[in-house]
Amino acid sequence: MSTDPLLEARAIGRRHPDGRRWLLEDVSLEVHPGERIALVGPSGSGKTLVMRALVLLDPLDSGEVRWRGRAVRRDSIPPFRRQAIYVHQRPAFAQDTVAAALASPFAFRAHRGRRFDRDRVLDELGRFGRDGSFLDKRVRDLSGGEMQVAALVRAIQLEPAMLLLDEPTAALDARTAAAVEARITGWVDEAPDRRAFLWVGHDQAQARRMTGRSLAVDAGRLADGPW
Amino acid sequence: MQDNELILLGPWELVLAAALILINGAISLLLRLDLERRLLVASIRTVVQLLLIGLVLEWIFFPGRPWYVITALMLAMTLIAAGSAVRRTGYRYRGIWTDGIVAMASSSWLIVAVALFGIVRPDKWYMPQYAIPLLGMILGTTLNGISLGLDRLGEELDTKRDRVETLLALGATRWEAAHQAIQRAVRTGMIPLINRMMIVGLVNLPGMMTGQILGGVDPLQAVMYQIVIMFLVASGASLGACSAVLASYLRLFSKDHQFLAERLVKRG
Repeated sequence: MSTDPLLEARAIGRRHPDGRRWLLEDVSLEVHPGERIALVGPSGSGKTLVMRALVLLDPLDSGEVRWRGRAVRRDSIPPFRRQAIYVHQRPAFAQDTVAAALASPFAFRAHRGRRFDRDRVLDELGRFGRDGSFLDKRVRDLSGGEMQVAALVRAIQLEPAMLLLDEPTAALDARTAAAVEARITGWVDEAPDRRAFLWVGHDQAQARRMTGRSLAVDAGRLADGPW
Repeated sequence: MQDNELILLGPWELVLAAALILINGAISLLLRLDLERRLLVASIRTVVQLLLIGLVLEWIFFPGRPWYVITALMLAMTLIAAGSAVRRTGYRYRGIWTDGIVAMASSSWLIVAVALFGIVRPDKWYMPQYAIPLLGMILGTTLNGISLGLDRLGEELDTKRDRVETLLALGATRWEAAHQAIQRAVRTGMIPLINRMMIVGLVNLPGMMTGQILGGVDPLQAVMYQIVIMFLVASGASLGACSAVLASYLRLFSKDHQFLAERLVKRG
């Protein structure tokens, strides 16, 4: 690929906290703008660990992560995570209502100068068949699937360049899952010169439809995938 | 006997007071509470421990003890207080003992220095009848502040790990991600003292004040001492809770804005 990579991992590794064995070893990968990549592998193979390591949520014991050609470390990490957002498979919200939860990241220094845009969010929610009343819902009343929708909308409205999605349709009904599938692929197609995503999902047919290439994760190592 | 003369207690008076424990014993037997043995042990411990500390204090209070004896005792008291503060928390991480000792020593010694050099100003700062009880009272509440604060921080971070990590993943700095947990932990450490300040003198008369009055001190003087003490122990507890919580925040969150959750271990 001729473009410069958005995200690049160079031989990153992570040791088990109390042993000498490696949880992740020698993981290298490049994600270019416009790319849609699936991570596949049996459960427990380390897909989540790869994603967490890529956004530096866990300390690395070797290698480095680069974003747009520059090594990411220390205080460049929060601004980097603003642009490469990892969406957890069990979304968590510290606030009372969905609206407050969606607005909360704008209080972070990394998002300074930007504001919660209700219309933008309403437009986004519409793609998942939700309207403004969803914003007034209490977070604790949400179903697992609704939480995943809220978490996805929260991430997209922050206008990242890359999404790292960990089982984002696991708790969804078939219709909403299809809406998420369409939205995520459409999101990259809207701006293929500056957006990309990494996908982890248990539904292999869905992953194959959505992505252009796959990487296989096995026992904390990365190899070329089945497509 | 004159009005202002102190009534001295002897062994006979102690025996009379100790006899009151028989009431507890009788209740225990009557209701089959199965507490007689523990009551006996507790009574004996009360007598032995207090008599022992009395001997120690009498030795220390002997006029002319040099400063280093007093300092050594103060240090020992501080270490014991720090140890029991940490032991009371339900969570552990590497370095918690250091954090407990540093938080305890820095906050209580700062407050006791203000008290000795600024407020009470005895002839010599190490006059034991001032330095020892002042430090003791400050340590007692600081211990509470530290253990409550650390315990709550551990619980907040342990049970809300997903929240903290979600915030980090959305671009929060480690401070922004931990802020709510820190806030709650420090509040938890401070609230018991604020509550105590709210009701002091209404519901209970503080032991120190009662003791001074029994000892023949003018009640207004005793009250003024008590006011000073309340502010000393309140600031000690807040400083202790705050510094312990911040120290453990720095251990549990890396400079790379990561929450090092595996370092936090729940006890038992």
